[in-house]
Amino acid sequence: MDVEKELIEIIAKRLKIDPSIIKPESRFVEDLGADSLAVMDIVIKIEEKFGLDEIPDEELEKMKRVKDAVEYIKKHIG
Amino acid sequence: MRRRVVVTGIGLVTPVGIEVEEVWENVINGRSGVSHITRFEAKDLPVRIAAEVKGFDPEKFIEPKLVEEMDRFIQFAVAGSLIAIERAELKGKLDSERVGVIIGVGLGGLPSIEEQLKILKERGFRKVSPYFIPMTIPNLAAGWVSILTGAKGINLCISTACSAGLHAIGESFKYIRDGVIDIAICGGAESAITPLAVAGFSNMKALSRRNDEPEKASRPFEKNRDGFVIGEGAGILVLEEYENAKRRNAEIIAEIIGYGANGDAYHITAPSPQGKGAEECMRLAINDAGISSEDVQYINAHGTSTKLNDLYETIAIKNVFKDHAKKLFVSSTKSVTGHTLGAAGGIECAFTALSLKTGIIPPTINYEEPDPECDLNYVPNEAIELKDLKFALCNSFGFGGTNACVVVKKI
Repeated sequence: MDVEKELIEIIAKRLKIDPSIIKPESRFVEDLGADSLAVMDIVIKIEEKFGLDEIPDEELEKMKRVKDAVEYIKKHIG
Repeated sequence: MRRRVVVTGIGLVTPVGIEVEEVWENVINGRSGVSHITRFEAKDLPVRIAAEVKGFDPEKFIEPKLVEEMDRFIQFAVAGSLIAIERAELKGKLDSERVGVIIGVGLGGLPSIEEQLKILKERGFRKVSPYFIPMTIPNLAAGWVSILTGAKGINLCISTACSAGLHAIGESFKYIRDGVIDIAICGGAESAITPLAVAGFSNMKALSRRNDEPEKASRPFEKNRDGFVIGEGAGILVLEEYENAKRRNAEIIAEIIGYGANGDAYHITAPSPQGKGAEECMRLAINDAGISSEDVQYINAHGTSTKLNDLYETIAIKNVFKDHAKKLFVSSTKSVTGHTLGAAGGIECAFTALSLKTGIIPPTINYEEPDPECDLNYVPNEAIELKDLKFALCNSFGFGGTNACVVVKKI
């Protein structure tokens, strides 16, 4: 599974933005315009899509950029 | 000194159209908005009809990213508000603490509640949307309108069931009259045509079961009426302090001159016997307006098409107006729009204002056989023209025994 591609799709769909503008370096809040609720919505969709357990708060704190989420997912996936 | 309050914008989302002109055409021509339920599978239910809003595209009014954060009643409220604001020529001019938003909602986000409960049960706690609460709570209608317009004055939701929309307008009227704010975006919004709501109303025996003739099901004051038809929509007005409206050369649609609100202190759903609460409420509004009851020419009635409401509203009107009652025109536009619950007072107050502006009184359709106990002039089936229409009353009554009446004047 191409984690990055799948993740970008989730983000683009939720934030109604063109997937091509979402880069590994993009920050969820500052660059992509997600507010705290949108971030939580995306997190829940990530957990569901990749079959992850609830991502702990301290990990969420560190997930500022798309690449942080990709790394987390790859580390914890199946 | 009491300040004057006028209507300078109307925005409608209804089962017979969106915006204003199309809706008004359908209302005065008596084209029913009732049809079979499409929002969920209802084929095995005892009630299979509703007045749904057709062809509503929220993205025409709201940024796509935000549409998903709003339940349908909020989308209606926002769309109605933006239409009203645009028509009042106030777009981009409401970023002020002198602008309030008061939107009435009866049931709120039932569609989200039902959907998210299913997710909770089938997929677990963690899968419930973080938007669930802000999609569901009734005051997010007013909240979103404020967020999107910059209106920083009083921001309220009035949740008084089927009178919520009219209470919102009446309260806004008072805040402007008393100088608390200069402009209000106000009215009602509702979208609760869901299995849970239909089941609940149906098991109360409140809904019409005329499933084979949907367009004939809402027949207020008529002998064979058998309940109301659940509807959805939004009716939003821009109310404005008169001098403010004049200063900016706004088109003034009508003037709000009186408001009455009270409680039946009687029963959770049944109106008080002989419509005593409604009677007193009409009197309060007329007194507040400083006119005599003989000045009133038209009543846009609550007229739900239930046995009790229509009978008691008729009795109440006769008790308030005495001999003058026979000269009154009394119509229920719910015959066309169905009963849009929390939106009804907003939509019907807009219709009342449009009646005064155009001199046209909309009909009560499906009036076939007179009910001997309901013996007023209900403007049966055909609109009438009354060029000298000057004063009209709009009635809304809600479960819990809550009543609202507003007096509207031609300007």
